[in-house]
Amino acid sequence: MRQLLRLRVNGEDHEVWVEPWKSLADVLREDLNLTGVKIGCNEGQCGSCTVLIDGKPVKSCLVLAPRATGKEILTIEGLAKDGKLHPLQEAFVKHFAVQCGFCTPGFILAAKGLLDENPHPTEEEVRKWLAGNLCRCTGYVKIIEAVLSAAGSRP
Amino acid sequence: MKPFQYLSPASISEAVSLLKEYGQEAKVIAGGTDLVVQMRKGSLSPRYVVDINGIPGLDTIRYDPVRGLTIGALTTVRALEKSADLRQQYPLISLAASKLGSVAIRNVATVGGNLCNAMPIADTAQALLALSAKVRITGPEGDRVIPLEDFLIGHGKTALGTGELLREVQVPVLAPHTKGFYLKQTIRGSIDLAIVNVAVAITVDPGDAVCKDIRIVLGSVAPTPIRARKAEDVVRGKRLDEDVIGKAAQLASEDAHPRPGSIRASGEYKKEMVLVLTGQLLREAVSSAPSRGE
Repeated sequence: MRQLLRLRVNGEDHEVWVEPWKSLADVLREDLNLTGVKIGCNEGQCGSCTVLIDGKPVKSCLVLAPRATGKEILTIEGLAKDGKLHPLQEAFVKHFAVQCGFCTPGFILAAKGLLDENPHPTEEEVRKWLAGNLCRCTGYVKIIEAVLSAAGSRP
Repeated sequence: MKPFQYLSPASISEAVSLLKEYGQEAKVIAGGTDLVVQMRKGSLSPRYVVDINGIPGLDTIRYDPVRGLTIGALTTVRALEKSADLRQQYPLISLAASKLGSVAIRNVATVGGNLCNAMPIADTAQALLALSAKVRITGPEGDRVIPLEDFLIGHGKTALGTGELLREVQVPVLAPHTKGFYLKQTIRGSIDLAIVNVAVAITVDPGDAVCKDIRIVLGSVAPTPIRARKAEDVVRGKRLDEDVIGKAAQLASEDAHPRPGSIRASGEYKKEMVLVLTGQLLREAVSSAPSRGE
């Protein structure tokens, strides 16, 4: 039995009819075509489904669709403004923090969650915060560098 | 995931009557970080999912120097981690909460859910048991308050009856000079479920350095978290010197009764780690205590 879901995603209001057993990740990808939200493990471990809900990083694969009603959601598609990349996105490009790119949206949104709360984290704080995001390609060094660079902690 | 009906009660009484009506066919969802995984794996297939997040008043932390601490069941683990009241008055709870999963999980996972999922390694359970927590349950017959130890009755099993809901956790005011310590041993250096975890709450008289009271909670070495009572008995009333610590660590290891093998470690390894972790925690307690005369 479908339920009506009202979401604000990347600044736009949407109304979608969904089965309650769909996850928010499913809804964002399939109903709203926001395929920047990736489904990796589908059990809340890998972080590739990370989005910001009311500003906080959340694993969207673990959120059942009805739970997201009334929330404000940011996906990677919503980060760039008028064609201009967000400083985190710039930093990831500049520091070669992307290889296959599958984990990247999750990492960038998780990092945004960190910098919004703690604009000048230490490396240790960045590592701890990003512990919920896994990358199989890069070995994390460039990712950490990029996040610290975006925070202005390193050139 | 098998299809189900999603219900969103707006009050505790509505939730209770739904849970009473649907009994075993219903499951409560709070954060969902355990439930959704289990439903997706197929180990749980409730026909009714009762979302309690719409019920007001269940997500606050209240501290009162006389009555102690009340934590609403819907309080997120992240809120426990960051709460100024907890960090000041009950830092063991914030510490244990900070070790649960990742930030993204903690933003959504709730203390009620962690307790009702009733795993023997539950991080918040370790801390709360060490601090003599109780839980308040609401059901068709009304409210009841029971010790957390009596709430966690088995692996994945709680004392909740049909129609009952965990509503809040209560922690008494701590005796003066009480400190808490927690160690969670994991395979991965970063996020992981515990192989073994140990929490200690210890009250030491700063005057004579004698341990007035101690609670040692062991996780993952029994179907529920357990108290290392033999170890506690050997420490209570004594000063923490190497001899006492050594004996306590050995007895804690004997108190542990893990299964011979499990997904993360052998029973033998777990018993050994209980010995090591208990010793480490007690030594940490000694080094953190003000020395005599201070």
